[in-house]
Amino acid sequence: MSSSSQTGSAAPQDPMAKGLGIFSFALGIPQTLAPGRVNRLIGVKDDAKGRMLMRAVGVRELAAGVGIFTDRRPTPWIWARVAGDTIDLALLGSALRNRSRSQTRTLAATGAVAGAFAADVIDGVRLSRASSANGSTPEQAPEQPVQVNAAITVRRDRDDLYALWRDVEGFPDFMTHLEEVRSTGPNASHWKARGPLGTTVEWDAEITDDVPGERIAWRSVEGSKIDNSGTVRFVTAPGDQGTELHVEMRYSPPAGAVGATIAKMFGEEPGIQLKDDLRRFKAIAETGEVVRSDGSPEGPLGRRQLKQRPAHPQPDEEVAGASTNGGGS
Amino acid sequence: MRATVWSGRNKVSVENVPDPKILNARDAIVKISSTAICGSDLHLYDGYVPTMRKGDILGHEFMGEIVETGSDVTNLKVGDRVVVPFPIACGACNACAREMFSLCENSNPNASTAEKLWGDSTCGIFGYSHATGGYAGGQSEYARVPFADVGPIKIESDLSDEQALFLSDVFPTGYMGAEHCDIKPGDIVAVWGCGPVGQFAIASAYLLGAERVIAIDRFDYRLTMAHEKAGAETINYEQASVREALREMTGGRGPDACIDCVGLEAHHPHPAVYAYDRVKQATRMETERGHALREAIFNCRNGGTVSIMGIYGGFMDKFPIGAVVNRGLTIKTGQCHVHRYLRPLLERIEKGDIDPSFIVTHRMSLDDASTGYETFKHKQDECVKVVMTP
Repeated sequence: MSSSSQTGSAAPQDPMAKGLGIFSFALGIPQTLAPGRVNRLIGVKDDAKGRMLMRAVGVRELAAGVGIFTDRRPTPWIWARVAGDTIDLALLGSALRNRSRSQTRTLAATGAVAGAFAADVIDGVRLSRASSANGSTPEQAPEQPVQVNAAITVRRDRDDLYALWRDVEGFPDFMTHLEEVRSTGPNASHWKARGPLGTTVEWDAEITDDVPGERIAWRSVEGSKIDNSGTVRFVTAPGDQGTELHVEMRYSPPAGAVGATIAKMFGEEPGIQLKDDLRRFKAIAETGEVVRSDGSPEGPLGRRQLKQRPAHPQPDEEVAGASTNGGGS
Repeated sequence: MRATVWSGRNKVSVENVPDPKILNARDAIVKISSTAICGSDLHLYDGYVPTMRKGDILGHEFMGEIVETGSDVTNLKVGDRVVVPFPIACGACNACAREMFSLCENSNPNASTAEKLWGDSTCGIFGYSHATGGYAGGQSEYARVPFADVGPIKIESDLSDEQALFLSDVFPTGYMGAEHCDIKPGDIVAVWGCGPVGQFAIASAYLLGAERVIAIDRFDYRLTMAHEKAGAETINYEQASVREALREMTGGRGPDACIDCVGLEAHHPHPAVYAYDRVKQATRMETERGHALREAIFNCRNGGTVSIMGIYGGFMDKFPIGAVVNRGLTIKTGQCHVHRYLRPLLERIEKGDIDPSFIVTHRMSLDDASTGYETFKHKQDECVKVVMTP
């Protein structure tokens, strides 16, 4: 039905991060499954509370391990390990103050955690430095142009969809970060996007390629604060399923406040944001409007996924507030 | 209005919330006359379905009277009596064009959440977590129904609420489970689970021409209903070996088709086997307890069909894929494409082929919803189905 991707390296390329990730799993699995045995091994109190605590520590380890292996950027997860080590050292410290238990074992465990702590800090600092220096790093350097691709199939003719997309003033109906797009000439338009804290950023764009029913390409004009470009291709889908839209967008994030606006515009996960925009486009093309729910009154919207409203009707004024993003028909 | 809201694990309460409003031009507002608690609501109640929020209105089996319509709804008018299908479907996308309404591509505004969980999104569903849209449900006085020009079916005969209500979910769900089995003359169908969906799967298998249907459960009162009302032979798995009984009853072949109407909270008669999945589920190392499905797969005839209608949400361990592959089994499943079955099943009810009200064991006021959930969950008082009236 739809797909999206964005450029960037898969995690983790860094061998030390990989090692720490494996270490997280090796520690987290016994801690979660056999918390009592781990407690006895390291000589801390093995009661119901102690087991619960050990299991919680295990879950945290597993989460860090999963994060290191699945996130494109392992650095925050390495720092999460550092934070976890600090908690463990505090817990072991309090166990050591309690003289009734096996102090030798607890001391040995404290030594091991201190070692892991050092390794985590070293790797965290190294990765953070490397990414800010823009060297050959496991992270995507922020200065590189960001390219996002997404595709979606819409049950309408190519010509209809081309016409809908060619009407640039309708973009804010499905691209949620846009406040207004105004046509200023046959191939020229003025764009206004929402930024953080009520700020806006504006730029002019021109259509650089326009083949009716096939493709449209656009880019910001030279000298714009925001260097961005995009292409949409319309391809007949096989088997009477309508039309495939293949969209490619590219932008170079500048520094400073404008950069922050751009980052916000494309969201934490640009691939997901573009795809949600395409879902809204598809909904408008196929059903005439973007469906709204109590949990997501704006329709598909990336940032709303994390901040769902409860699924019950909202008071009047809140519904009215949401409708500015509601999509046209 | 009053509505049944999820207030955390094993807790629902009836609270006052704002009345629903028209949010889209194709919406309608329904004043609810009857609403039921579904077995899948229990998975939400028990906290096994992720992406629930406190304050979510539950319920996806409801019917009532149209009290308001959006500007683009022309097929319904105020005063119409309707049953609302639980999947929300637009009627215009490729999935709807294929009549796979529960896979509608436009009705789930939280599609990206569902995509992370399952690889791609499903339709929106009333009162069924935020991964399926974050829609308010129908265990309430009123409900907003999106795409009202596509979903609700008008009831123009004098059927009672209890005869029509189960068109919303459990009757079509059981029917689709039986339809998956591609039943031929002489076929023997086994059904795991004798809750409402299981009862309708049994009845539907007979409607579709099954020679015999064998029902499997551990509660005698549910097996009695399956036998007396739906016509099944029965096996109580706590009293007999399912495998031996099925082999005996099918001349050593195994059932031609097996329908799982149990889902992710299955039980197993052996405490150690049950504990294995229960512990893994409790520590979130798997999301499903797969005892019923494993048994259905293991016992199906070579080359037969396993139809999964019980609800699963994530990941199961010890899935017997070797049995599926080496013995050439076909697995068919899916959330029911209710819209597809509304008209033909309504006709079946109106003709008197089946009276779906036989599953109702408890009737109560909406205000007693929390009693309804507890009674249904713990199978107290021989509970099979709870119907509530606002």
